[in-house]
Amino acid sequence: MTTYDSPVMRPTKDNRLPMLAALTTVLFAAAMALIFFYAPTDQDQGLSQRIFYFHVPLALTAYVAFGWGAWKALLHLWKRPEEADLESYVAIHQGVIFGSLVLLTGTLWAKISWGVWWVWTDDELVLFLVLFLFYCAYFMLRYSVDAGPSRANMSAVYALFGVVLIPISILAIRLSRTIATQHPEVFKAAGPQMSNAQFFTFCVAWAAMVSLFATLYNLELAGKRLDAHLRELREILT
Amino acid sequence: MTPSEKYTAAAYLVVFVGVLAYVLIIASKLQRLQRDVASLVEIARAHDEAGGNGSG
Repeated sequence: MTTYDSPVMRPTKDNRLPMLAALTTVLFAAAMALIFFYAPTDQDQGLSQRIFYFHVPLALTAYVAFGWGAWKALLHLWKRPEEADLESYVAIHQGVIFGSLVLLTGTLWAKISWGVWWVWTDDELVLFLVLFLFYCAYFMLRYSVDAGPSRANMSAVYALFGVVLIPISILAIRLSRTIATQHPEVFKAAGPQMSNAQFFTFCVAWAAMVSLFATLYNLELAGKRLDAHLRELREILT
Repeated sequence: MTPSEKYTAAAYLVVFVGVLAYVLIIASKLQRLQRDVASLVEIARAHDEAGGNGSG
């Protein structure tokens, strides 16, 4: 039973949302200013290279979201805190949203750079799509089972399997570099292949994306917790 | 506007429209929650009045 000290009451007691939303706004404003007024234009790709400043941070943030979802799933299976299942679900939901934006911005960049929307022979693209579809299937699994401990356990195990796919996909991408890939490789063992101004802009853009994820994650979580609490209140009253 | 400018603008627009759509969905859910709260207040008042009538 939910009590007034339970995690579902957190949004009303300890609300970090306004601070996070303000931070996200400031970081996005800074990122946009840096992208369009500070970062130098790439000599090879021209203006379209600036898609990189949103595309790559979106991808990395999607990985962060999936990783956070897996961590909460592990906590659910390990220590069984009341809210871990919900937090895992919300993180994965956010990861899928960020993942869909990665695919959309990526296809736009591919169209201008390669002349096609998608290249099936490029391992990096296909592996990210596989990872994205794997997490899309998480929702099919979750909503095909009635709510309860069984659903929470199944979802947690699935989320943990998913996060294992992330290093596998990255490793497979590195291995496939010896074969053939069209996708640009910006981050190499020697360091990022860009100027200091470009790297600084990228870092600010990534911070903005992570902050956006934290804001949307807490916003959705607050809504879900409130929903659960209202449902419980309705059961008590009726 | 060159094709490069068009596609770059489209990429940034996709992200902002995506976030905006998400905020709109959350806003509609918030409205539903507000309606739920209002209906629960009505139920609580009815309970309160029924209890008051019973004891009085």
